[in-house]
Amino acid sequence: MQFTNRSNRILQPTKPWFVYLSLLIALMLDYVPAGDFSRMLPDWVALVLTFWCIREPLYIGMGVGFTLGLLVDVGGGGPMGQHALSYVVLAFMANALARRVMWFPALLQALHVLPMLLIAQALMVGVRMLAQEEFPGWEYFLSSLVGVALWLPLTYLLLLPQFQPVDRDENRPI
Amino acid sequence: MPSADFQTHPVFKRGIAPHIRLLVYVTVCVAILVADVRFRYLESLREYLSTITYPMRRAAAEPVNLASNAAKYFSKLADSQFEQADFERLQIETAQRLLRFESLEQENEQLRRLLGMSARVRTHSVAAEVLYSAPDPYSRKVILDQGRQEGVEPGLAVVDATGLLGQVTRVYPIQSEVTLITDRNQSVTVQVERNGQRGVMSGTGQGGLELRFVLADADIKVGDRLMTSGLDGLFVPGLPVAMVESVERDAGAFARIACRPLAGVDQSTRVLVLSRAELPPPPPPPQPAPETTGESSPASEPGARPEPAEDEN
Repeated sequence: MQFTNRSNRILQPTKPWFVYLSLLIALMLDYVPAGDFSRMLPDWVALVLTFWCIREPLYIGMGVGFTLGLLVDVGGGGPMGQHALSYVVLAFMANALARRVMWFPALLQALHVLPMLLIAQALMVGVRMLAQEEFPGWEYFLSSLVGVALWLPLTYLLLLPQFQPVDRDENRPI
Repeated sequence: MPSADFQTHPVFKRGIAPHIRLLVYVTVCVAILVADVRFRYLESLREYLSTITYPMRRAAAEPVNLASNAAKYFSKLADSQFEQADFERLQIETAQRLLRFESLEQENEQLRRLLGMSARVRTHSVAAEVLYSAPDPYSRKVILDQGRQEGVEPGLAVVDATGLLGQVTRVYPIQSEVTLITDRNQSVTVQVERNGQRGVMSGTGQGGLELRFVLADADIKVGDRLMTSGLDGLFVPGLPVAMVESVERDAGAFARIACRPLAGVDQSTRVLVLSRAELPPPPPPPQPAPETTGESSPASEPGARPEPAEDEN
């Protein structure tokens, strides 16, 4: 496992428990009632799910997206299946583009992720408008932009356990 | 067709093609959406998942509560002294009114019996606390910390100290979901306090309220208070709902009446779930003409007023 496909750095293999733990933490962050600020905050689950779908396309995919989507829907009080649909499509896109995205440095990866998040949000808006609800306004899509801006720090944070050396050396800690 | 004797090595096995899987998942999601939005078939599944995620949601809401409580904690001493003085004054006022209220209620009961009218609607209530507002950006809903175990049922009214806040729309075992009156899909049957003009009030989704389908020449002024009329059979009549803020009469047959909720819809944290103690009786069937005339049956003869009181003596 490399940081990107071009880099020379070899990372440790991904630990499955860490993947699921990070998704669980993202779910909890989505549950935080932020009131009026909630529109500014990114959809954490979508962001972390996209990340792991790109890093580990063989293990994390549409099934995980579907389950998480249902849990987000139930916690949010919205119609069930709205987030599930959006996350399934998001996971599909991220899995399909995973091989390509990994060839780019992290900032350009973020540019690939932006349209995915926007499409996922547009799907949710479409679902709600089919259910005869009004358009939430263009600032609704701001959360995707904020999410993409966080892509680089998130990459480092989520890869942190894999940066550890295999054998710990007292003289060279990293 | 590939030749039959060639078999893929298990290492390269990839299962069902991703496009097919996407199709299956999308179909399932759409089915779930339709079942939930159109037919409300999935309430039990929602309840189940909601109970599983309850600890997580509670834990996620805790830091926000802590922050808001900390803000209160550090408010000035003078402020809290003022607040206390306010509360004391309020306490005395309400105590006085409560004393009168009890005697008035008895008197009212007697008068109603004398008049042969049915008893006033009795209520029973559950005190609850608003845990958090639902993060769904399309709707205005809050979650209460009381559920079916405490007797909360869908359809009940939720009030705070100043007026109607919303209606219980979903009930879980230990929580319930309240749709605020400012939600776009929430309506309340109301009555103008001043003259009894009836109407239906709906939320605008932007924090305001609108009195819909009232004729342009109806007698409604800015500043009128609107109360629940109780005609829906769910809400207790007489709960204050809103105050008329503006009336525009030049837009066709109906007036455009914008109102402001009286309750602290976005601020209140302590609320009361109100229900009628018993459901309103169904409308009486048409009765045949009574044969006896001297019998004292006050319910059927509103004209014979003084008799029941004399019977008791």
